[in-house]
Amino acid sequence: MRQLLKIIKNENPIFVLMLGLCSSLAVTTKVENAYLMGLSVFIVLLFSEIVVSLIKKLVPDNIKIPVYIVIIGTFVTLLEMVLKEYINPLYQSLSIYLPLIVVNCIVLGRVLSVSSKSNLKTSIKDAIGISLGYMLALILIALLREVLGNNTITLVDSLSNITNFKVIINVFPKNNIIPMSFMTSPSGAFIILGLLMALFNKIGGEKNESN
Amino acid sequence: MNLISIFIAGLFTENILLTKFLGICPFVGTSKKEETAFKMGLAVTIVVTISSIITYLLYTYILVPTDTTYLKTLMFILVIASLVQLLEMIIKKYSKSLYLAFGIYLPLITTNCAVLGITLLNINNNYSFIGMLTYSISSGLGFTFVIYLFSTIREYLDNKPILKSFKGYPIALLTAGIMALIFGRIVL
Repeated sequence: MRQLLKIIKNENPIFVLMLGLCSSLAVTTKVENAYLMGLSVFIVLLFSEIVVSLIKKLVPDNIKIPVYIVIIGTFVTLLEMVLKEYINPLYQSLSIYLPLIVVNCIVLGRVLSVSSKSNLKTSIKDAIGISLGYMLALILIALLREVLGNNTITLVDSLSNITNFKVIINVFPKNNIIPMSFMTSPSGAFIILGLLMALFNKIGGEKNESN
Repeated sequence: MNLISIFIAGLFTENILLTKFLGICPFVGTSKKEETAFKMGLAVTIVVTISSIITYLLYTYILVPTDTTYLKTLMFILVIASLVQLLEMIIKKYSKSLYLAFGIYLPLITTNCAVLGITLLNINNNYSFIGMLTYSISSGLGFTFVIYLFSTIREYLDNKPILKSFKGYPIALLTAGIMALIFGRIVL
């Protein structure tokens, strides 16, 4: 458990390793998209790391990367097919960022640096830690962007054709506040992420100095 | 006329970097020097254009008739990966100086979301062959343009007094945010 927390905190893919920025900026206009994207990455990363750590001895070194990309691509394609069939609104709103998990630096990076070298148990732990960190970072960005930009928190919207209810929270009373709509536009994403990173640097830096 | 609007969209208003966030990793990673940024941009433009043509033909003439469009992600990434490998080998064989200039950027392009992203966008947007070609070239050029502009701004910022916690990535992302605001407002 402590090991897991350490991975979440010290190897957070977004704020510390700076991996997978594309998707984190693009899908964070709604909280719902953020946690579902995190979940998708978790599923792909978990299965890829399991498969790679099982077959790592069979793969020759010089064709490692193409083989791993095909494995990751297979799981992404399976996920795409499932989502298209059962949660089509989500499939539409994630659009190209779902297939782009294939080239998401987090997945390939972790598969290459962790599961191609270590055993099954470490790989599973790493997959859980990394994708939890990714999901938390995504939710944090999405929360700030959606509350500031649209004055709402969308928890269940695209999922409503499975759950049969919607949960969209209005944060402030509508008539006395004007949302900053640029926060949900691309530039808001860059600015929020930049400010959050500066904050993390500040906190992390102070800790390092006190140690 | 339609082609012109596609071209402008790819270059400015729907710039892949600033509005679609494709290729952010090399954007903040390799854009510290003007020259490397420019070369990276050109390499991306070339790979994007060639792989767009191949994947478009593959999609329309093989995947659609055989009803296997669900394989597109897997097929496209294989095409891009092998194309990059092939280009690297060809350049290495025929031009040593070009290889030394571009060589190290080519392998990085396989995992650049911009290439896979544009090939998938071509399919999603239902472009004709010419439209697809225009869109891929203009987005490649748009990528080069923005990454070059960005690198000059970063070189300038390097010598300025900036808060310690904002150094590096945070200030780069804030700069990108302001650029995105400007690019999003260019409407012709």
